[in-house]
Amino acid sequence: MADYVLSPELLESLQSKFPGIEVDEAQVVTVPSEDLIPFMTEIKENPGYAMDFLTNLTAADYQDRFEMVYNLVSLAHCRTLTVKAKIEDKDNPRIASLCPLWGGADWQEREVYDLLGIAFTGFPGHPTRIFLEDNFKGHPLRKDFQWQGGREA
Amino acid sequence: MGETIFVDLTAWLRGLMGGLGVPDLYNEIILMVVKMTAVILFVALNAIWLVYMERKLCAYIQSRVGPRHHGPLGLLQPIFDVVKLMTKEIILSKNVDLVVFLLAPILIVVPPIVAYGLLPFGKGMVAIDMNIGLFFLVAVTSLSTIIFWMAGWASNNKYSLLGGMRVVAQMVSYELPLVLAMLGVVMITGTMNLSGIVEAQNGIWFIFTQPIAFLVFFIAGIAETNRPPFDLVEGESEIISGPYTEYGGMGFAMFYGLAEFANLLVISSMCVVLFLGGWLAPFGWDFIPSWVWFFLKLYLVIFLFMWVRWTYPRIRVDQLMTFGWKVLVPLTLANIFITGTGIYIYRAIGW
Amino acid sequence: MKTQTYTLNLGPQHPSTHGVFRIILELDGETVVKATPVPGYLHRGIEKLAEARTYTQVIPYTDRMDYMAAMLMNWGYVAAVEKLMGVEVPERAEYVRVIVGELSRIASHMIAVGAMGGDIGAITAFTYTFRDREYVLDLLEMVSGSRMTFSYFRVGGVAEDLPEEFFPAVRKFLAELPGMCDEYDGLVTGNEIFQARTKFVGVIPPEVGINYSLSGPTLRGSGVNYDLRKVRPYGVYDRFDFEVPLGQNGDCFDRFWIRIEEMRQSGRIIQQALEQLPEGPIQAKVPKVIKPPVGDAYVEIESSKGAYGAYLISDGSPKPYRVHFRRPSFINLGYLGKLCEGWKIADVIAILGSIDIVLGEVDC
Repeated sequence: MADYVLSPELLESLQSKFPGIEVDEAQVVTVPSEDLIPFMTEIKENPGYAMDFLTNLTAADYQDRFEMVYNLVSLAHCRTLTVKAKIEDKDNPRIASLCPLWGGADWQEREVYDLLGIAFTGFPGHPTRIFLEDNFKGHPLRKDFQWQGGREA
Repeated sequence: MGETIFVDLTAWLRGLMGGLGVPDLYNEIILMVVKMTAVILFVALNAIWLVYMERKLCAYIQSRVGPRHHGPLGLLQPIFDVVKLMTKEIILSKNVDLVVFLLAPILIVVPPIVAYGLLPFGKGMVAIDMNIGLFFLVAVTSLSTIIFWMAGWASNNKYSLLGGMRVVAQMVSYELPLVLAMLGVVMITGTMNLSGIVEAQNGIWFIFTQPIAFLVFFIAGIAETNRPPFDLVEGESEIISGPYTEYGGMGFAMFYGLAEFANLLVISSMCVVLFLGGWLAPFGWDFIPSWVWFFLKLYLVIFLFMWVRWTYPRIRVDQLMTFGWKVLVPLTLANIFITGTGIYIYRAIGW
Repeated sequence: MKTQTYTLNLGPQHPSTHGVFRIILELDGETVVKATPVPGYLHRGIEKLAEARTYTQVIPYTDRMDYMAAMLMNWGYVAAVEKLMGVEVPERAEYVRVIVGELSRIASHMIAVGAMGGDIGAITAFTYTFRDREYVLDLLEMVSGSRMTFSYFRVGGVAEDLPEEFFPAVRKFLAELPGMCDEYDGLVTGNEIFQARTKFVGVIPPEVGINYSLSGPTLRGSGVNYDLRKVRPYGVYDRFDFEVPLGQNGDCFDRFWIRIEEMRQSGRIIQQALEQLPEGPIQAKVPKVIKPPVGDAYVEIESSKGAYGAYLISDGSPKPYRVHFRRPSFINLGYLGKLCEGWKIADVIAILGSIDIVLGEVDC
């Protein structure tokens, strides 16, 4: 499955356009959170990359940061790309929402907000909780989530 | 042989009471009461049998077995169902319109039973022989519409209201093709008396002279009895049970058991009387009594209704309206036109 | 004349929502003005639970996500663990995986076809497909010992080899499969009323489908040729010859008809896999305690509902640090709100049936 990644030339041109990104040997691109929307717009709209299919949007809670993980697929070129974005602020995590670009980001971002508490900016009324009740306190998938058990009123 | 069993019974009763010195007027009244009881019993017993037949038929079509535990072949299943439903609690939700809510399941069985009083079971066996029998029949069966709607309105439930609205739209729209299909038959026979219509089919049954009318009557009949493919009233996978959602126990039994099958009986009987020659024997096979022929034909038509039910999916409400108004009504009007010209031509030729 | 819209709850309890799922419909008469799907009634926190279990103990949880095609759910997860550990699965295990995976896909599609027919009113179709699904469940019980939640896959292969009585039984089933599909075609697909209810209803344009990350028959109904078994073949799928049925209009009928055709194609794949089945071990040499190296991996396979993926982060301990499942039913449902606008209530039922969701997968 490692055959379906971007060619080195395309990666180099990406690095020249966005000097802040890092690429590791598994070809996973880490983007600073400010550059997220321009980067995503570039690889979606530019026909050289044509990453028109956002297949997975999730996040992970590390000790020092949150990390957003995006998996993109280009249907035309049959290429995949993994993009990560670090969120350093653990008390008030926020990052730009991808909803204007992909409608499929909507529910996946709501799931991340519901379970991990990361707020997605740039889209009014978004995100709202999706699985848990609207008045639920806390975000269960965080590592420091404590649950005494039982149901509160 | 068994042909005149019911006629003889009536005559014997009349003679018995005359012999006992009962005045003629009371004689007739008592006989009328006996006939009414017989009709009500007939409808009720048939409805119970039809519950079983529907479930067994549906099971075999769906490659299952159906009821088999209670009694041999599961024949006692309807009795167990009736007993169970009678002992269930009737839940009255808040803000339900009490009088209308409780009245609806009681009134729902009235139109079919009234209609059954007019149908000829055999030669000379009809409880009430009316000159405008067909007209009265149509008028009475249309009453069911408002009673279904009463059930939907009084339940104070959005699903029931939707179902009630759909039932009004559906039953009113399909009244017209039903009546217009019957008109063709009336035009040929020139009488609305049901016994007269049956006797007019002595030469050839009307299903052969009015095939379009038979087809339209069959389809409109399915719509009138709210059965699939026209069962969006009791949508089941959409609006749960439509107007009957809030009813439990005996109310549920009235709607699903008695009313639906009593209506089915009336429509099937009308089909048989109008198109399939009523109690007349085909090919002149008189050795089977006329009322047995009536039963056989009745159950053949009911079998057809049930077969269609378990084969076709449900039609959507706007497609139902389109079909009723834009397809069936023009078809019946065309049928009337053709029948009219046909009658004129036959009279002109001198047949 | 002043009219107003009213709100109807296609509530969590409903015969046609395929589980506990709620849609808040704002209706104008019978036409939907706005539809808000509300999932979450079956949320069991599988992703959080997985962080407290070892890698092999997570496999039964994956069964319970899409319980209709549980083998495929197992497959996606163990494939991610194998990629993380760099384990190579032996050939015989790969072929066995294909056989049971495709059988599971057939079972799942049978339910989809039957349930959609039943929702629209053809209840007989429902019983026919369930009767035929019993054959598949008997076959899978022979292999794994369980009818619905198998937990048959292991990291590096499968748990047990195929028993002897499996082979004649599966050949008998494959011989009857085209007849079964023909029966469904005859009863439902060709039915006038069914076509009137589903043709041109709930059309998804292909660009919108791609933008909303739809996958599986939902996307292929619109004509987009995206089947992971062909586009990015995993396992041994590049050795089989099969077609991917595509729809033309993107309506409910196309999504329904594609599933019946996919059943036929799955039958072909199983036939070829049976012929090519090599001898060999059925599980790679994997340590008793599975401790993948630090890192993360994301693997996608083609499940019966769409592209199913598992994203694993390992911190070197026997328990996963983070597991995320990319669930196709969940993402396919994201478009439901916009899709239902303008259609009648009866169409909402048809649309929901054609997307084919399983609530265990939606809510995870």
